[in-house]
This record gives sequence, C-alpha cells and structure tokens, in this order.
Amino acid sequence: MSGYRLASGGLVDRTRPVAFTFDGVSYSGFAGDTLASALLASGVSIFGRSFKYHRPRGVLSAGVEEPNALVTAGQGGRAEPNTRATDLFLTPGLVATSQNRWPSLGFDLGAVTALIAPFIPAGFYYKTFFGGPKLWRFFEHFIRRAAGLGPAPRLADPDSYQHRAAFCDVLVVGAGPAGLAAADAAAGAGKRVILCEQDAIVGGALLRDAAEIAGLPGRDWAAAVCARVIAAGGRVLLRTTATGYHDHDLLTLGEKCAEPGEDAPSLSAQRLWRVRASRVVLAPGLVERPLVCPGNDVPGVMLSGAVRTYVQRFGVAPGRRAVVAGCSDDADRTAAALRAAGVEVVATIDYRRGETLDTVKGGNRVSTVIASVGGMTRSFACDTVAMSAGFTPSVQLHMQAGGTLAWHDGCAAFVPATSRQAQVTAGAAAGIEGLAAILASGWAAGGGDVADAPQTRAERHCCHGFAPPPRGARTTAFVDFQNDVTSRDLDLAWREGYRSVEHMKRYTTLGMATDQGKTSNIAGLLQLSRNEGRPAPDIGLTTFRPPFTPVTLGVLAGEDGGLHMAPRRVLRLKAQHDRHHPLWQPLGYWHRPRAYPRDGETLHSAAMREARTVRSNVGLSDVSTLAKFDVQGPDAGAFLELVCATGIAKLAVGRGRYTFMLREDGMVMDDGTVWRLGDARYLLTSSTGGAARMEAHLAYVRGVLAPHMRVAIVEVQEHWAAFAIAGPNARSLVETLACVSAPKHMGCLAVVVAGVECWLLAASYSGERAFELYVPGDVVVPVWEAAEALLHAAGGALYGLEALELLRIEKGHIVIGAEATGRTTPHDLGLGKMLRVSGGYCGAAGLARPMLQAVDRQALVGLEADGEIPEGAMLVRAAGEAPMGHVTSVGSRVLGQGGVALALLAGGPARTGEQWLATSPTRGITVPVRVTAPLFHDPEGTRYRD
Amino acid sequence: MLLINCPHCGPRAQAEFGFERPVETILPVDASTATMVERLYTRTNARGVSAELWRHSHGCRAWLRIDRHVVTHEILCVALWVALWQAPQ
Ligand SMILES: [Zn+2]
Repeated sequence: MSGYRLASGGLVDRTRPVAFTFDGVSYSGFAGDTLASALLASGVSIFGRSFKYHRPRGVLSAGVEEPNALVTAGQGGRAEPNTRATDLFLTPGLVATSQNRWPSLGFDLGAVTALIAPFIPAGFYYKTFFGGPKLWRFFEHFIRRAAGLGPAPRLADPDSYQHRAAFCDVLVVGAGPAGLAAADAAAGAGKRVILCEQDAIVGGALLRDAAEIAGLPGRDWAAAVCARVIAAGGRVLLRTTATGYHDHDLLTLGEKCAEPGEDAPSLSAQRLWRVRASRVVLAPGLVERPLVCPGNDVPGVMLSGAVRTYVQRFGVAPGRRAVVAGCSDDADRTAAALRAAGVEVVATIDYRRGETLDTVKGGNRVSTVIASVGGMTRSFACDTVAMSAGFTPSVQLHMQAGGTLAWHDGCAAFVPATSRQAQVTAGAAAGIEGLAAILASGWAAGGGDVADAPQTRAERHCCHGFAPPPRGARTTAFVDFQNDVTSRDLDLAWREGYRSVEHMKRYTTLGMATDQGKTSNIAGLLQLSRNEGRPAPDIGLTTFRPPFTPVTLGVLAGEDGGLHMAPRRVLRLKAQHDRHHPLWQPLGYWHRPRAYPRDGETLHSAAMREARTVRSNVGLSDVSTLAKFDVQGPDAGAFLELVCATGIAKLAVGRGRYTFMLREDGMVMDDGTVWRLGDARYLLTSSTGGAARMEAHLAYVRGVLAPHMRVAIVEVQEHWAAFAIAGPNARSLVETLACVSAPKHMGCLAVVVAGVECWLLAASYSGERAFELYVPGDVVVPVWEAAEALLHAAGGALYGLEALELLRIEKGHIVIGAEATGRTTPHDLGLGKMLRVSGGYCGAAGLARPMLQAVDRQALVGLEADGEIPEGAMLVRAAGEAPMGHVTSVGSRVLGQGGVALALLAGGPARTGEQWLATSPTRGITVPVRVTAPLFHDPEGTRYRD
Repeated sequence: MLLINCPHCGPRAQAEFGFERPVETILPVDASTATMVERLYTRTNARGVSAELWRHSHGCRAWLRIDRHVVTHEILCVALWVALWQAPQ
C-alpha cells in the first residue's frame, strides 16, 4: 500500500547505497536520491503535518515547489529547518526530522484541530486581532502550540559561507533543454556564459523523459553542451538557484556546496553569487498545478509529473494501484510510465473528456477515489493519485526584473510579455511546447540562428490544458497546501468582500508561505476570476519578490559574521593601556578604556577615584578617537565659517575655540574645537561617533556648495593620536614634559617631546587646567610613556571614559546623542550666545524658523538630588502627570555628595529652583530633584582661565 | 543594485556610491528660511526622471549628478558635479 524501489531504471547509482535516518529510523537510499525519493522507496507515506490543521501530508512534488514535505535537515548547529525533502540530495549519515507534529508523525494530538477547522476560517487571524485582546488571549495558547514550522537551531553554525561577484556576457538560468540550447549557442558564438541549475545534474525535463537530441541521448547531449560551455571559458554552476533578479541585470545566485544538514566540514557550505550579466536567458520551466477537490492532500496524492519523475528518474514506484487524473497529454505519459513500471493504473480521468476527480478518501494514505467518468459517478480503490490541473510557467524572475505578463489561454496561466532589462525567457516558461520548439527557442535566446538549432525527433506532446476550479463548499479541497488554504476559504473571503487578488492573498494567506504559492497562485486566481465573473488576466497576479526559493541567513551574511561582523579599530596605545588592566568599552568601531580599576575597585569607585585625582592633582587620558580634520588653503577660514555656527575668522594664529555645527534644519549636528595652527591652516576636531558623518558633511559643503573655494580638507583622525592632561598640576607636568612655557587657555603651540614634533593645545573638557597633546600616531608611544612616567611621579592617575563623563557632566558640557538629540537647537542647549551674528553658516536658515524660538521648548538644565538620579528618567511635576522632559546624563558630585544630572526640560533655565520628580516607571524608581543651572563645578571657570 | 558609470572610474556597483539628495533640495548656505522650508520639506517626489546628487564615496569620492528614472532605475546620465557647478540660486 506504499511506495517501493523498482527493480531497475532511474538515474540513481545502485552501487552506492547511502544510509540516513528520518525521525530516528534508519533507512538506506542510493547516491542520486533525494530524501523524498529515498523515503518513498522505503515505503514512507507521511512526511509532515500541515500548518493549520495538522493533517498528515505526504510529498506532492519532485522539485523546489514542494509545499508539504518540509523537514529539518541535519542536527546541532548544522540543522536547517523547513528544507524541502524534494530538494535535498542524500548525503551519508543525514539526520532528517519531521516538523510540526507532536508527539509523533503518525499520532499527532494537534490533528484534533482538524475537528475545529470550521472555526478557523479565512481571515481568522485578522478577525481575532481586530476582535480585541481578549479574543486573542483566548486563542493564543492554542495557536502557539499548533502553528509553526521547524525550530531554528540553537547552536552556532560551524560552517562558513562565501560571497562571490562575477560578470558574464550571457547568464542562463535553468539547464533544461531550452537553457542548455541557449548556453550552447552563446558559448559557440564566443560569449562568456554562466549556466546555473538548481538541480544536482543538468538536463531538466530530460531527466524524467528521455529524448534524442542532435543525434545523442538527451543526457549525453546535455553533458556535451556543458563541456563546450566550460571549454569556451564559461561556468556551469550546479545546485545553484537564481534567487533574485535585481536592478541593472544583477542576479543573486545561491549555490549549495554542501547539501543542507550534510555533516561534513567544507571550505564553504554555501555561496552567494552576485552576477552582472549583459544578457540573461531565463529558462526556469514549469510548475504543475494540483487538482482542487476534497481530500486532494491525503498522502499518496501527487502531481502527475512528479509521479513520473519518481518512476523514471529515481526508479521508485510511489504505490501499487494508481489513478491518473489530468487535462493534457502529459497525464497520459504518466499513466504509460506507471504501466511500464508495473504499477496498475486503475483509472485515467481526463478533464478534456469532461471527466472530473471529485473526492479522494483516505486517512494516512489514499484508499478510494470518487470520480465522474463517462457521465457516471464511480469509485476506484487505489493507493496513489497522479493529478494535474495544468502547468504554470515560472515567471518569478522575469517579474522581479520588471517584465510584464500576457495571459496564455493554452496554459491558463501568464507567460512573459515585455522585458525591462536584458532578460529573455525561453522554453516551456515562455508558453512554448514540444521539445523541438523548446530547443529552438533556447537556441535563439542564446543568440543562435534558428536554422542551426539542435534537432530532435521526439514526438510532440501537448502539455497545455487546464482543469477549472470545482464548485460548492469544500472544507478539505486544498489550494495552498503549505498554508492550509482551501477553496472554501477563497469563496468565503470573496463573499466577505476581499475581491482584489492582493486582498484575497492577505486575508486568506494564500501564497504567503515559504513556497510563495508556486503550486497555488494560479488556482486561487482562477477561482477568484470565476467568483468575480471577470477574466483572469483582468484580475492579475500579486507581486513577485526575491528570493525565488528560501535562502539561508548564513549565506546572506557570508563572511561578515563573528569578528568580521564589523571592523574593530584599535588604539595605538592599546598595549600601554593593557598594562593597567582597563575595562574596555565599545564606542562605535573603537574600544576605549572605561576605567582602570585597582585592587577591589568597582567601575564606579575607580571612576570616582580617577575623577577626584583630576580635580585635585593631575590625570592622563587617551582621547585619540576624536574626529580630526586638517583644513588648509587661502579660503580655509571662510570655508569653516560655512560649516561652523560660531565665529572663526577672527581667530588668531595660535588660538582655538569651542565650536559646533548645525544641520540644515538648525539642529545641532556635532561639536568640537577649531584651532588656527598657521595663517592658512586649521585643525578641526569633532566627536568620535560623528566622525563619518562630519567627513561627509565637510565633503558636501566643500564639493557641492563651495567648489570654488581654495581649500583642502584631509581627515586625520588616525594620523594624530591625542591625549589629555588635566588637573591643577597639569601645567607643571606639561612644562616638564615639553620644556616650554605652557600656552594660556585656548592657546596652541608646536612642541617637541621625546624627539617628536607635537601640537600642544590648552583646552579643558574636565573643568580643570588641561592640555591636549596631538602626536603623530606612529611615534606616539615614547611621548605617552614620557608623560605617564611624569604622571606617576606626580601621584596622578590615568582616567577613562567613565571619569570623563563625571567631569564633563559637572561642567555641563553636552554630548552628541545624549543632550544634542537631533531635536535640539543651539538655543535649547544654552549655546545661543555663541552663534555668529552675521549668519552665513549652514543651518542658519533652518534655525530662524519661528517655532524654534518658542520659550516652552525643552532646553538644557541641571538637576541635583541627595542620592542617585535614575538614568533616562522622565521629568514630571507630580506623580501621574505627563512628562515634560527627560534626564539625558547622570553623574555624581566628584568632590561633594549627591547626584547631579543634565536634562532637557520644557521651559528650560526659567525653571531653575523648581522641584520636579525624575521617574522611571519601568524600574519603579521616583526621585525628587531640584532644577539648577547645567553647571555644578567652578561656574566662573577660575580653575583653567588665565 | 544599480550599475553607475562614474566619469572617473567607469562602471561600478551601487554599493560603492552614496545617495545624497535630489538636486532640487540642495540648499545654498545663505538661503532664506522660506527657501529652506520649501526645498527640504515640500518635495515633489515625481514619478519619472529624478536629478540626484550622489557621491562615489568608496571610489574616487567625486560628487556626481545622476539623472535616474525612479520607476525603471534607468540612468540617463552621470556627470561630475564640479563640471556642472554654478553658484546655487
Ligand atoms: Zn569614481
């Protein structure tokens, strides 16, 4: 009552048995078998359970369109869920597992949902979600148990994946007769050809139906074509699916170098090719459509062409007593193939004669077929049904490439019409039938003269024809097998008003499963067409999007995983920091020391010690990651005035100042310092995280708005290493280090330290007397070590990002991303007085908008409290009131007691002295805070000014 | 992915380029607030050919004007911005 291996025949290698397991049971197949053919040969009928109703399902097809037989291939990190058993070639030791069943495939408790199937009609999810939360909660437990495909693997994937780029004159998709003829013609004309085929061997339909071509057996001709393509410098890529057709004739190809779940380490499990082609020949062939009748999903019901493939390619009989139901010569071929293999054909049901397949009966296997034959209703006992409702040309790639379609009456389906890119469709997918015509169309598509096309004497057989959708309420007449959409669901959706094909798709989920409706879209369209009383071509199809078949996340990531996910930028002084065992903190692509804890110190206590050392003695910190730009030329000052919103032109040589830049809408984009190193030379610094954005902005202003200016900008972020020396004893340390009289606040000076020419800038971020030393990165080590030796001799400390935060918060210095949120203007941040009155800077027009002048805007304030202020808390006047601001940065008083914070608060500085609540409902913390000026330390700046 | 024919570098993949903005939204530094609002917030987004500013950021870094059809992605011309430049109005 089930399948078995025929005594002879097929393309499998019977001298090479391959052992594998399915759901823990050991089986054996042959090299060349798919998992599906090997299991059918072993008598397995049930491959999985259906998605919604948990109905037992067998295998429907013999190709990538398979909606039923989805398995998890492999185990551990190599497990690949939702793999089609029909698209998985056996490898030794394969461990395959069925999905969506509990506790076992044969006995599934979820199948009781079939009893309540009438309660999960079309639009069930839609109605449930719109029915309110109570309805969803009622169904949720039950749905989560029932729904779902295979589980994602929990272990890391041990395999590696590659990306490759290639280009060619002619890319041929599909190595069936048409694709082979196209590749042959193109290669013969001296073109560079890439021929890709998703199967493991070339030949396409020739693997199922033998034919003589150019005087050779079809498969020998196919091998000869491949040899000619390769000899002409082309490539033949097997197990390679063209998954996407993108703009400007770029196609993505997914190549399986190892089979899914194959337990063998390989250099690369899969490759993603990006191929740019001058011409693309699409020869993807056809997908057969199932007949829609009650019970058409019972295990043992298969597509007619698939039955013939199992018999003639794999040497497997899918059963012992078959009924063949179809609508073209192709079904007759299947009946003949079954008879030749010794399978009893109980009946042939021919839609061309008005006969119909009405009901298939059976539980775990087909038992009986009810059909209308010769005007009578008859019953046939059988274990296999080979069915065909016609063939659908695979137009997915053509559509992805922006092509249009035309309705083909013979196929009752769409075929490619016009092209937008360099694509041409050849062979059966173009609606052509008969091997000779298919070969000729491929040959012509490859650029060959039709008179020279390969000849065949194969008799013409007509595969065109279609079976109309049945009428009446049919709960188990499946249209979309993978999403369990029945013809009744489609009728219901139509009655409920979902009359466009796009609405029908979303309401019923027709064609939305991982098979993307390859076997179901046209059947759904034909039914909608009949309900609407409009011709199918007027209704049209839903949009086709990549990928054509599912693609693994691994191959999309390629090499860009693990450490290669993102570049890591390493400080020049990493080894010097590592001696003090810092805690490292990621900052963009950089890692910077966060703090240097000593014995027993926590992050906080270390940062507090470092900050106190800066306030009371001297500290040294690596600030090399700051963005830096060397701006030179006669117009350098004028150029910087376009970019910076503060005054630049009056800056004297040897002086610097704080500055900030605006976006065109007037919001603060970044801030930093600008130093006039020479008459026509400036150094601009800005924030670490904004370095790339600032580079792009400077290039935009320079290249687009001011190409006439005589100025050159060089990004020198990594050229200059930089470190800050801050604290009351910083001046004496710097003077000892550089043997100069240190510059006054905001002065700069060229100095020589340890034989290295450096720039010494007097700038204070910490609020103490401070200097920054800019040293060429390649020679920074001796300079740093000299500074560090003096630091330790003075009893000072290295300080990291955490101490830097504490210090700058006390001084009210903003940070891009925290206080400058992209919605804050210079006025909001208390920087309004620094704006250049004459204007003429980028963002001036946007900043002048009236709504940005409103007094109730959120603006920068300080907060203080007796204890810690919760990070990110909302500011409310009283419990339960609407928030009017939020905490942007929190710290502690470095030398005193209590918490301080910076915040954005509606009304801003006018609220100084008010009491507010900083509340974090998610953490359940509420702290009373006092609004202050955003400056907690040395308001007059006496500690660093001269 | 588009194939863009950089006047300096020849045909290169879109991944090497960065889209900046439609040319009609380029704003001179000394523009009025009314002009700023009009160019940045009142976009036509017309179906058809769009004149755009791109940069060959992972190549020669030149600023380019690219005329691109937003439906078909056909590229009608690629030109160096600096060659076309005149002080913005
Ligand atoms: Zn270029």
